[in-house]
Amino acid sequence: MVGIINYGAGNIFSLTAALDRLNVTYGMVNTENDLEKYSHIIIPGVGHAGAAMEKLKGTGLVEAIKKLTKPVLGICVGMQLITEHSEEGDAALLDIVPVKTKKFDKSLNIKIPHMGWNAVSTKNNPLFTGVEDNTQFYFVHSYFIEYNPTFDIASADYGLKFSAAVQKDNFYGVQFHPEKSGKAGELILKNFSNLSL
Amino acid sequence: MLSKRIIPCLDVKDGRTVKGVNFVDLRDAGDPVELAAQYAQQGADELVFLDITATHERRKTMIEMVKSVARQLNIPFTIGGGITEIADADALLNAGADKISINSAAVRNPKLIEDLAKTFGVQFVVLAVDTKHVNGKNMVHLNGGRLITELETENWIKQAEDLGAGEILLTSMDHDGTKAGFDCGLLGKINQMINIPIIASGGAGSMEHFTEVFQKANVDAALAASVFHYGEILIPDLKQELRRNNIPVRI
Repeated sequence: MVGIINYGAGNIFSLTAALDRLNVTYGMVNTENDLEKYSHIIIPGVGHAGAAMEKLKGTGLVEAIKKLTKPVLGICVGMQLITEHSEEGDAALLDIVPVKTKKFDKSLNIKIPHMGWNAVSTKNNPLFTGVEDNTQFYFVHSYFIEYNPTFDIASADYGLKFSAAVQKDNFYGVQFHPEKSGKAGELILKNFSNLSL
Repeated sequence: MLSKRIIPCLDVKDGRTVKGVNFVDLRDAGDPVELAAQYAQQGADELVFLDITATHERRKTMIEMVKSVARQLNIPFTIGGGITEIADADALLNAGADKISINSAAVRNPKLIEDLAKTFGVQFVVLAVDTKHVNGKNMVHLNGGRLITELETENWIKQAEDLGAGEILLTSMDHDGTKAGFDCGLLGKINQMINIPIIASGGAGSMEHFTEVFQKANVDAALAASVFHYGEILIPDLKQELRRNNIPVRI
């Protein structure tokens, strides 16, 4: 059963709707004790990374999340939260994956936000089981996670190469929105819910 | 490479889609949920729902429809029509809408763009602009082109970008309904001015028109209604045609 960190950063209706369609059961994580109830944890998030981090701190869950040994998936800003730092609000984040979240640079001749469907080049990782290389996923973000071959499990190009998905130990993150990425996105959520460590 | 998006637009009244839709195999052509699912299956990249309901019950009906759509749909969608304050947008976000589109409310109160962007992020705020050529100038119009404003289209869009609009949906009233092609000249001009995505709207009549608007104006997305609803253009065929013309699309 999947536990969703309920910290008020963006709507989770689309995420729970996707889990419903997949017959994946879920519940909300509001307290540290709630973390024990679930086998898998999702950190959702849209909006401002710095503001999201402040909200997460407000729940008192930060230290408990960092200590988790079960599979954890951060989505979009939820993925950025597991990195070290974001240029958005110059915010120190959870620092679980030692990479940085940076702002897309207009001078690369790209529009910001990066909005729409982009091809994802995947590495051999259980999160992407059954997903063909260069499948397109739906992105909407103005900040990206720097590419680091050690933690990268999928990359995309937008002006530069960035990490579309990262992994360190039991912690996973995806920059795209699996709940809005058609069948391929649903497969990612299904794969995550089936991960065993 | 980021794909160019194809976006069908659905008019909704009292929670039901209106205007003719003659898809085969639809049990209920007026059901937005079924129609949305059909479009998603065909390969639409995104959907726009435009609420044209005028009754007091509007908000409640719309929220229920948005929830139903979000439960079923696995692609992003935008809701437009009648959004005048933060509370409207908040309710739509919590019901599962990915973006909201504002038009006349933003013209009357430009600060709404700023407030929405600060509250929900720029990615949530689409500014819809209806433009018409009048005496050598491009002027912003309201009420589906019936009411002219004092705003010049170029200036208004630039201002909206500065205020925090995350995307522009530009409809040429001169081309809308003509099926003679998009207004590539104006779209290309606006596209060069701004650094946020732009959706072309108004004038789609054939697959060539889509190729043309992506090639000539380099817009990020193209929106149409009737050519999709009446099955005159099928999205899988359109995507193949675009790919043949080296336009990046999701197939």
